[in-house]
Amino acid sequence: MSAARPNKNDGPNIIEQVIYYLPTALIAVSVLLLWEGLVRLFDVQQFILPKPTDILAEFVGEVRLFLAAGESSILFEATGATLWAAFGGFVIGCSAGVIIALITARWTVLSEATMPFAIAANSVPIVAFAPIMNNWFGLTNPASKMAIVAIIVFFPAMINTVRGLTLVDQRELELMRSYAATPFEILRKLRIPSALPYIFSALRVASALAIIGAVVGEFFGGPRATLGVFITQEASSFDFARAWAAIVMASLIGIGFYLVILTLERIMMPWERGDGQK
Amino acid sequence: MSDPSVIQATNLDKIYNPGTDEAVVALQDINLSVQPGEFVSLIGPSGCGKSTLLRLIANLIEPTGGALEVNGKVPSQARLDRDYGMVFQAATLYKWRTIAKNVQLPLEIMGYPRGERRRRAQQMLDMVELNEFGGHYPRQLSGGMQQRVAIARALVFEPSLLLMDEPFGALDEFTRERMNLELLRIWQQTQTTVVFVTHSIAEAVFLSGRIVVMSPRPGRISEIVEVDLPYPRDFETREDPRYFETVTAVRELLRDAHEI
Repeated sequence: MSAARPNKNDGPNIIEQVIYYLPTALIAVSVLLLWEGLVRLFDVQQFILPKPTDILAEFVGEVRLFLAAGESSILFEATGATLWAAFGGFVIGCSAGVIIALITARWTVLSEATMPFAIAANSVPIVAFAPIMNNWFGLTNPASKMAIVAIIVFFPAMINTVRGLTLVDQRELELMRSYAATPFEILRKLRIPSALPYIFSALRVASALAIIGAVVGEFFGGPRATLGVFITQEASSFDFARAWAAIVMASLIGIGFYLVILTLERIMMPWERGDGQK
Repeated sequence: MSDPSVIQATNLDKIYNPGTDEAVVALQDINLSVQPGEFVSLIGPSGCGKSTLLRLIANLIEPTGGALEVNGKVPSQARLDRDYGMVFQAATLYKWRTIAKNVQLPLEIMGYPRGERRRRAQQMLDMVELNEFGGHYPRQLSGGMQQRVAIARALVFEPSLLLMDEPFGALDEFTRERMNLELLRIWQQTQTTVVFVTHSIAEAVFLSGRIVVMSPRPGRISEIVEVDLPYPRDFETREDPRYFETVTAVRELLRDAHEI
């Protein structure tokens, strides 16, 4: 009988970490250098592709405005507004998806009856509803963007949760049956914990969808200080470096969302980590 | 209760998919009586219905004919009364629970207070010699250790009956022999009745007071062998001439069963 595995919880070694991420960093830097070099070499017009240094300059300018007293940065304001719309819609849509999955999983008949609709709805390009949501809630009301985000994230959240709740190991289920456990106890102590990996993978997908939904919703109109409107306006006035700076901001929101979910996942599923001591 | 048997099967039948083209007679005309405190093994080639019989006793499936009583009750009542603990071939620990929490699981469902749950789980982990591992997660333990946790979990609510479905089938020979000794020690310590499904002749002879030899297609009992070896048993039991005689006898019965 082998002994328990040793804890790998020695704390991250900084040098090891640097070596681990070095190739990724090198690739990122090379791509940026290549981009800059090619644009300069072929003298590409800025409305086709601005130089990374131009985008950076716009960005730095906005950071200065943001930090300066009495000034305000429209880019940062727009980022805040889009972040809020994406976040609100994400929370509403994912909560609704998980809750409805929990309700339908309790009655198998109900989940079997609703699943085909959910899967069908999931393949509909829901961003196409954005103008309708703008119409329902009002163009400048953040609720219109939240609504479109909520609808987009709802289906993956619900479908994955139902899948996780139903695809339970048969032996693990028989164990519960041998204890004469009630359906509620089986849900709480077996189905929900086994569904957690499915739920988190849905949340990761939903986090990317949320940004897309919010920005595309804003393409169809909204307040000036939102990333979608910002990008369309700067692009139509041929200020592409500014448009690209906004795209970078939208990406940063997406990465931030993703990291928050990853952190939550690690906190809520400690058994998946290398160390197991409480 | 007039019948003192822990398990009483009378003309028990189990047909899977009855009335269809895919109907399979898994068990036919099973008559078996197990007395309190006995260690009984079910052995036979695959398809002989030994696991089916165990699952009928556990009320995980329903019989199609005959009568079955567990502790003098219908199996569903025995299950609702939590009369038995079950150990599967895979340890079937919940990976999101620590070892201590896994052992406490049946107690949580049965509504024991927290202090009592902790005390009992600790006691059981002491018994299977895993008391230092209470805070670990299952994946940090070896297969043999996980199976000991499963045994601790099955016994933590002190059921009068322990049902084991090839519990050591996935373990290597060494670990298996150690687990056999450990199981006998636990059995004698707890006075539990054990029904043990295995496909290892050596294991069945070493552990059991009686061996139910089964034959396939349709699954039925071909013979019940009494093992004439005194308890407590240890490593030397495996060198006793009577041990070899019984192993040979069971092997011949299984061969006969296969040739029918």
